Amino acid sequence: MSAMDEAAKTLQVDIWRGGAQGAFQSFTVPHEVSQTVLDVVTYVQRRLDPTLSYRFSCRVGMCGTCAMMVNGRPRWTCRTHVDRIADDGRIAIAPLRNFPVIKDLAVDMTAFFDKWRDAGARFQPRDGAADSFANVDPNSPARRAASDAIECIGCGICHAACDVVSWNPDYLGPAALNRVWTLVNDERDADPAAHLAPVAGDAGCHACHSQQGCAVHCPNSLSPTASIAGLKRQTLAALFRGQL
Amino acid sequence: MSIFPAHRNHPIYWAFVLHRLSGLALALFLPVHLYVLSLAIGDGGKLDEFLDWTANPWVKAAEVTLVVLLALHMAGGLRVLALEFLPWRDNQKTLAAFAGATALGFGVLYLLNVV
Repeated sequence: MSAMDEAAKTLQVDIWRGGAQGAFQSFTVPHEVSQTVLDVVTYVQRRLDPTLSYRFSCRVGMCGTCAMMVNGRPRWTCRTHVDRIADDGRIAIAPLRNFPVIKDLAVDMTAFFDKWRDAGARFQPRDGAADSFANVDPNSPARRAASDAIECIGCGICHAACDVVSWNPDYLGPAALNRVWTLVNDERDADPAAHLAPVAGDAGCHACHSQQGCAVHCPNSLSPTASIAGLKRQTLAALFRGQL
Repeated sequence: MSIFPAHRNHPIYWAFVLHRLSGLALALFLPVHLYVLSLAIGDGGKLDEFLDWTANPWVKAAEVTLVVLLALHMAGGLRVLALEFLPWRDNQKTLAAFAGATALGFGVLYLLNVV
Protein backbone atom coordinates (compact mmCIF):
# COMPACT_ATOMS: atom_id res chain seq x y z
CA MET A 1 0.00 0.00 0.00
CA SER A 2 1.39 3.40 -0.95
CA ALA A 3 1.92 6.16 1.58
CA MET A 4 -0.90 8.12 -0.11
CA ASP A 5 -3.41 5.27 0.34
CA GLU A 6 -2.31 4.93 3.93
CA ALA A 7 -2.88 8.69 4.52
CA ALA A 8 -6.39 8.44 3.02
CA LYS A 9 -7.22 5.78 5.59
CA THR A 10 -6.17 7.87 8.58
CA LEU A 11 -7.37 11.10 10.13
CA GLN A 12 -5.25 13.72 11.85
CA VAL A 13 -7.30 14.66 14.89
CA ASP A 14 -6.47 17.61 17.14
CA ILE A 15 -8.24 17.31 20.48
CA TRP A 16 -8.33 19.95 23.20
CA ARG A 17 -6.64 18.79 26.40
CA GLY A 18 -6.78 20.48 29.78
CA GLY A 19 -9.18 23.06 31.17
CA ALA A 20 -9.74 26.64 30.07
CA GLN A 21 -5.95 26.88 29.80
CA GLY A 22 -4.91 23.97 27.67
CA ALA A 23 -3.70 23.02 24.23
CA PHE A 24 -4.58 20.79 21.31
CA GLN A 25 -3.01 17.34 21.19
CA SER A 26 -2.72 15.51 17.88
CA PHE A 27 -3.74 11.91 17.31
CA THR A 28 -3.76 9.70 14.23
CA VAL A 29 -6.98 7.74 13.96
CA PRO A 30 -8.01 5.12 11.35
CA HIS A 31 -10.62 6.47 8.90
CA GLU A 32 -13.64 4.17 8.71
CA VAL A 33 -16.78 4.09 6.59
CA SER A 34 -19.75 5.94 8.16
CA GLN A 35 -17.51 7.05 11.02
CA THR A 36 -18.87 9.78 13.29
CA VAL A 37 -16.88 12.37 15.21
CA LEU A 38 -17.99 10.64 18.40
CA ASP A 39 -16.53 7.39 17.03
CA VAL A 40 -13.23 9.22 16.56
CA VAL A 41 -13.21 10.58 20.13
CA THR A 42 -14.16 7.15 21.50
CA TYR A 43 -11.35 5.51 19.50
CA VAL A 44 -8.83 7.97 20.97
CA GLN A 45 -10.03 7.34 24.52
CA ARG A 46 -10.21 3.56 24.23
CA ARG A 47 -7.12 2.91 22.12
CA LEU A 48 -4.74 5.85 22.42
CA ASP A 49 -5.23 7.80 25.64
CA PRO A 50 -7.65 6.56 28.33
CA THR A 51 -7.26 9.83 30.27
CA LEU A 52 -9.29 11.74 27.63
CA SER A 53 -12.50 13.09 29.17
CA TYR A 54 -15.67 13.59 27.15
CA ARG A 55 -19.39 13.04 27.56
CA PHE A 56 -21.93 11.04 25.59
CA SER A 57 -24.90 8.86 26.27
CA CYS A 58 -27.40 7.74 23.61
CA ARG A 59 -25.23 7.95 20.46
CA VAL A 60 -28.36 8.47 18.31
CA GLY A 61 -29.08 12.21 18.56
CA MET A 62 -31.65 12.10 21.33
CA CYS A 63 -29.93 12.87 24.63
CA GLY A 64 -28.00 16.03 23.72
CA THR A 65 -24.87 15.22 25.73
CA CYS A 66 -22.14 14.84 23.10
CA ALA A 67 -22.03 18.35 21.61
CA MET A 68 -18.53 19.71 20.92
CA MET A 69 -16.84 22.29 18.68
CA VAL A 70 -15.80 20.45 15.53
CA ASN A 71 -13.59 22.42 13.13
CA GLY A 72 -14.84 25.60 14.80
CA ARG A 73 -18.58 24.83 14.66
CA PRO A 74 -20.77 23.49 17.45
CA ARG A 75 -22.10 20.05 16.44
CA TRP A 76 -23.71 16.92 17.87
CA THR A 77 -20.80 14.58 17.41
CA CYS A 78 -22.83 11.36 17.38
CA ARG A 79 -24.69 12.41 14.22
CA THR A 80 -21.82 14.22 12.51
CA HIS A 81 -20.12 12.07 9.90
CA VAL A 82 -16.40 12.55 9.54
CA ASP A 83 -16.66 12.49 5.74
CA ARG A 84 -18.88 15.57 5.83
CA ILE A 85 -16.64 17.77 7.94
CA ALA A 86 -13.01 16.56 7.70
CA ASP A 87 -10.88 19.32 6.25
CA ASP A 88 -8.36 17.49 4.09
CA GLY A 89 -8.28 14.61 6.58
CA ARG A 90 -7.96 16.91 9.61
CA ILE A 91 -10.45 17.43 12.40
CA ALA A 92 -10.13 19.80 15.36
CA ILE A 93 -12.33 18.89 18.30
CA ALA A 94 -12.73 21.32 21.20
CA PRO A 95 -15.09 21.73 24.15
CA LEU A 96 -18.31 23.67 23.56
CA ARG A 97 -17.83 27.43 23.36
CA ASN A 98 -19.44 29.60 26.07
CA PHE A 99 -19.30 26.81 28.66
CA PRO A 100 -16.74 26.43 31.47
CA VAL A 101 -14.41 23.55 30.61
CA ILE A 102 -14.15 20.84 33.27
CA LYS A 103 -11.49 18.82 31.48
CA ASP A 104 -10.67 18.11 27.84
CA LEU A 105 -14.01 17.89 26.00
CA ALA A 106 -16.29 17.79 29.05
CA VAL A 107 -17.96 21.10 29.91
CA ASP A 108 -19.95 22.24 32.93
CA MET A 109 -23.64 22.55 31.96
CA THR A 110 -24.75 23.86 35.39
CA ALA A 111 -25.01 27.55 34.50
CA PHE A 112 -26.74 26.64 31.22
CA PHE A 113 -29.55 24.76 32.98
CA ASP A 114 -29.71 27.31 35.82
CA LYS A 115 -30.73 29.78 33.12
CA TRP A 116 -33.70 27.58 32.21
CA ARG A 117 -34.76 27.83 35.86
CA ASP A 118 -34.14 31.61 35.97
CA ALA A 119 -36.19 32.04 32.78
CA GLY A 120 -39.13 30.31 34.46
CA ALA A 121 -38.99 27.60 31.83
CA ARG A 122 -41.06 25.17 33.91
CA PHE A 123 -44.54 23.91 33.14
CA GLN A 124 -47.09 24.85 35.82
CA PRO A 125 -50.23 22.70 35.58
CA ARG A 126 -53.67 24.19 36.17
CA ASP A 127 -55.63 23.30 39.28
CA GLY A 128 -57.62 20.19 38.55
CA ALA A 129 -55.52 19.37 35.50
CA ALA A 130 -55.15 15.81 36.76
CA ASP A 131 -58.92 15.35 36.65
CA SER A 132 -59.46 16.15 32.99
CA PHE A 133 -57.49 16.05 29.77
CA ALA A 134 -56.80 19.38 28.11
CA ASN A 135 -58.46 19.51 24.73
CA VAL A 136 -55.67 20.95 22.56
CA ASP A 137 -56.47 21.61 18.92
CA PRO A 138 -53.35 20.45 17.04
CA ASN A 139 -53.97 23.07 14.36
CA SER A 140 -54.41 26.07 16.63
CA PRO A 141 -51.81 28.83 16.06
CA ALA A 142 -50.50 28.46 19.64
CA ARG A 143 -50.09 24.69 19.38
CA ARG A 144 -48.33 25.05 16.01
CA ALA A 145 -45.96 27.67 17.48
CA ALA A 146 -45.19 25.34 20.40
CA SER A 147 -44.70 22.37 18.05
CA ASP A 148 -42.16 24.31 15.99
CA ALA A 149 -40.00 24.79 19.10
CA ILE A 150 -40.68 21.68 21.18
CA GLU A 151 -38.07 19.22 19.89
CA CYS A 152 -35.14 20.73 21.83
CA ILE A 153 -32.80 18.09 23.27
CA GLY A 154 -30.91 20.55 25.51
CA CYS A 155 -27.56 19.92 23.82
CA GLY A 156 -26.30 23.49 24.31
CA ILE A 157 -25.24 23.94 20.68
CA CYS A 158 -27.33 27.11 20.28
CA HIS A 159 -25.79 28.46 23.50
CA ALA A 160 -22.32 27.78 22.08
CA ALA A 161 -23.18 29.44 18.75
CA CYS A 162 -24.58 32.62 20.33
CA ASP A 163 -22.42 35.74 20.48
CA VAL A 164 -24.77 37.48 22.91
CA VAL A 165 -24.14 34.67 25.42
CA SER A 166 -20.41 35.36 25.14
CA TRP A 167 -20.91 39.14 25.43
CA ASN A 168 -23.38 39.06 28.33
CA PRO A 169 -22.91 36.22 30.83
CA ASP A 170 -26.35 36.98 32.33
CA TYR A 171 -28.19 36.51 29.01
CA LEU A 172 -30.66 33.66 29.42
CA GLY A 173 -29.69 32.27 26.04
CA PRO A 174 -31.54 30.77 23.09
CA ALA A 175 -32.31 27.36 24.60
CA ALA A 176 -34.00 28.67 27.77
CA LEU A 177 -35.93 31.33 25.84
CA ASN A 178 -37.02 28.77 23.24
CA ARG A 179 -38.39 26.59 26.06
CA VAL A 180 -40.28 29.56 27.55
CA TRP A 181 -41.87 30.22 24.15
CA THR A 182 -43.33 26.69 24.15
CA LEU A 183 -44.89 27.38 27.58
CA VAL A 184 -46.31 30.77 26.56
CA ASN A 185 -48.10 28.82 23.82
CA ASP A 186 -49.18 25.94 26.08
CA GLU A 187 -52.86 26.26 26.93
CA ARG A 188 -52.49 23.54 29.59
CA ASP A 189 -50.20 25.85 31.59
CA ALA A 190 -51.80 27.52 34.63
CA ASP A 191 -50.83 31.00 33.42
CA PRO A 192 -48.97 31.14 30.09
CA ALA A 193 -48.75 34.96 30.25
CA ALA A 194 -46.89 34.71 33.57
CA HIS A 195 -43.94 33.24 31.67
CA LEU A 196 -43.34 36.60 29.98
CA ALA A 197 -42.13 38.64 32.98
CA PRO A 198 -38.97 36.57 33.72
CA VAL A 199 -37.81 36.93 30.11
CA ALA A 200 -38.68 40.63 29.63
CA GLY A 201 -35.62 42.07 31.44
CA ASP A 202 -32.18 43.15 30.22
CA ALA A 203 -30.90 39.57 30.11
CA GLY A 204 -34.05 38.25 28.45
CA CYS A 205 -35.43 38.05 24.94
CA HIS A 206 -34.75 41.70 24.07
CA ALA A 207 -30.99 41.15 24.43
CA CYS A 208 -31.06 38.91 21.33
CA HIS A 209 -29.43 40.49 18.27
CA SER A 210 -31.12 38.09 15.83
CA GLN A 211 -27.82 36.86 14.41
CA GLN A 212 -29.49 33.45 14.12
CA GLY A 213 -26.39 31.37 14.79
CA CYS A 214 -28.64 29.31 17.07
CA ALA A 215 -30.93 28.42 14.17
CA VAL A 216 -28.08 27.82 11.75
CA HIS A 217 -26.37 25.32 14.05
CA CYS A 218 -29.34 23.68 15.82
CA PRO A 219 -29.02 19.96 15.02
CA ASN A 220 -32.80 19.55 15.21
CA SER A 221 -33.40 22.43 12.79
CA LEU A 222 -35.26 24.50 15.37
CA SER A 223 -35.16 28.29 15.22
CA PRO A 224 -34.70 29.73 18.70
CA THR A 225 -34.55 33.14 16.98
CA ALA A 226 -38.15 32.62 15.82
CA SER A 227 -39.16 31.75 19.39
CA ILE A 228 -37.31 34.76 20.79
CA ALA A 229 -38.94 37.02 18.17
CA GLY A 230 -42.29 35.69 19.37
CA LEU A 231 -41.37 36.50 22.96
CA LYS A 232 -40.32 40.01 21.90
CA ARG A 233 -43.72 40.59 20.30
CA GLN A 234 -45.66 39.13 23.21
CA THR A 235 -43.70 41.01 25.90
CA LEU A 236 -44.20 44.26 24.00
CA ALA A 237 -47.95 43.57 23.70
CA ALA A 238 -48.07 42.73 27.43
CA LEU A 239 -46.27 46.00 28.20
CA PHE A 240 -48.86 48.00 26.22
CA ARG A 241 -51.65 46.14 28.03
CA GLY A 242 -50.06 47.14 31.36
CA GLN A 243 -49.28 43.54 32.29
CA LEU A 244 -45.52 44.01 32.64
CA MET B 1 -8.97 33.44 17.62
CA SER B 2 -10.07 35.00 14.36
CA ILE B 3 -12.93 37.52 14.44
CA PHE B 4 -14.73 35.29 11.97
CA PRO B 5 -14.40 31.75 13.22
CA ALA B 6 -16.40 29.10 11.39
CA HIS B 7 -19.46 29.30 13.62
CA ARG B 8 -20.06 32.92 12.54
CA ASN B 9 -19.68 32.33 8.84
CA HIS B 10 -23.30 32.31 7.67
CA PRO B 11 -25.36 34.86 5.67
CA ILE B 12 -27.45 36.19 8.56
CA TYR B 13 -24.33 36.95 10.59
CA TRP B 14 -22.92 38.85 7.62
CA ALA B 15 -26.18 40.78 7.36
CA PHE B 16 -25.83 41.66 11.06
CA VAL B 17 -22.22 42.81 10.60
CA LEU B 18 -23.00 44.91 7.50
CA HIS B 19 -25.94 46.56 9.28
CA ARG B 20 -23.77 47.50 12.27
CA LEU B 21 -20.74 48.62 10.26
CA SER B 22 -22.88 50.73 7.92
CA GLY B 23 -24.43 52.38 10.98
CA LEU B 24 -21.00 53.07 12.45
CA ALA B 25 -19.73 54.54 9.16
CA LEU B 26 -22.81 56.77 8.87
CA ALA B 27 -22.32 57.96 12.46
CA LEU B 28 -18.76 58.96 11.58
CA PHE B 29 -19.96 60.72 8.42
CA LEU B 30 -22.70 62.70 10.16
CA PRO B 31 -20.47 65.29 11.95
CA VAL B 32 -18.68 66.02 8.66
CA HIS B 33 -22.03 66.39 6.91
CA LEU B 34 -23.30 68.81 9.57
CA TYR B 35 -20.06 70.80 9.48
CA VAL B 36 -20.37 71.30 5.71
CA LEU B 37 -24.01 72.33 6.11
CA SER B 38 -22.96 74.86 8.76
CA LEU B 39 -20.66 76.52 6.20
CA ALA B 40 -23.79 77.65 4.32
CA ILE B 41 -24.53 79.95 7.24
CA GLY B 42 -21.03 80.77 8.47
CA ASP B 43 -18.76 80.89 5.43
CA GLY B 44 -20.38 80.81 1.96
CA GLY B 45 -17.07 81.19 0.16
CA LYS B 46 -15.60 78.18 1.87
CA LEU B 47 -18.74 76.18 1.05
CA ASP B 48 -18.42 77.04 -2.67
CA GLU B 49 -14.79 76.02 -2.55
CA PHE B 50 -15.79 72.72 -0.94
CA LEU B 51 -18.55 72.09 -3.50
CA ASP B 52 -16.06 72.67 -6.34
CA TRP B 53 -13.78 70.11 -4.73
CA THR B 54 -16.58 67.52 -4.65
CA ALA B 55 -16.51 67.37 -8.46
CA ASN B 56 -13.42 65.21 -7.96
CA PRO B 57 -14.20 61.63 -9.19
CA TRP B 58 -12.89 60.16 -5.92
CA VAL B 59 -15.48 62.17 -4.02
CA LYS B 60 -18.16 60.94 -6.45
CA ALA B 61 -17.08 57.37 -5.74
CA ALA B 62 -17.27 58.10 -2.01
CA GLU B 63 -20.78 59.51 -2.52
CA VAL B 64 -21.89 56.27 -4.20
CA THR B 65 -20.41 54.32 -1.28
CA LEU B 66 -22.28 56.58 1.11
CA VAL B 67 -25.57 55.98 -0.71
CA VAL B 68 -24.96 52.22 -0.56
CA LEU B 69 -24.20 52.49 3.17
CA LEU B 70 -27.40 54.49 3.75
CA ALA B 71 -29.49 52.03 1.75
CA LEU B 72 -27.78 49.08 3.46
CA HIS B 73 -28.55 50.48 6.89
CA MET B 74 -32.16 51.26 5.94
CA ALA B 75 -32.83 47.88 4.31
CA GLY B 76 -30.99 46.05 7.10
CA GLY B 77 -33.00 47.93 9.72
CA LEU B 78 -36.29 47.17 7.96
CA ARG B 79 -35.24 43.50 7.85
CA VAL B 80 -34.67 43.45 11.62
CA LEU B 81 -37.97 45.24 12.28
CA ALA B 82 -39.77 42.77 10.03
CA LEU B 83 -38.30 39.71 11.69
CA GLU B 84 -38.99 41.03 15.18
CA PHE B 85 -42.45 42.57 14.73
CA LEU B 86 -44.12 40.72 11.85
CA PRO B 87 -45.18 37.07 11.96
CA TRP B 88 -42.12 34.84 11.61
CA ARG B 89 -40.99 33.77 8.16
CA ASP B 90 -38.61 30.89 7.58
CA ASN B 91 -36.95 32.49 4.53
CA GLN B 92 -34.55 34.62 6.59
CA LYS B 93 -31.63 34.21 4.19
CA THR B 94 -33.83 35.41 1.33
CA LEU B 95 -34.80 38.49 3.35
CA ALA B 96 -31.13 39.24 4.07
CA ALA B 97 -30.26 38.79 0.39
CA PHE B 98 -33.16 41.07 -0.57
CA ALA B 99 -31.89 43.76 1.84
CA GLY B 100 -28.40 43.52 0.30
CA ALA B 101 -29.77 43.64 -3.24
CA THR B 102 -31.88 46.69 -2.37
CA ALA B 103 -28.80 48.51 -1.10
CA LEU B 104 -26.79 47.69 -4.21
CA GLY B 105 -29.78 48.69 -6.36
CA PHE B 106 -29.82 52.14 -4.79
CA GLY B 107 -26.07 52.37 -5.39
CA VAL B 108 -26.44 51.49 -9.07
CA LEU B 109 -29.30 53.99 -9.53
CA TYR B 110 -27.22 56.72 -7.90
CA LEU B 111 -24.20 55.77 -9.97
CA LEU B 112 -26.21 56.00 -13.21
CA ASN B 113 -27.43 59.42 -12.21
CA VAL B 114 -24.00 60.67 -11.11
CA VAL B 115 -21.81 59.50 -13.97
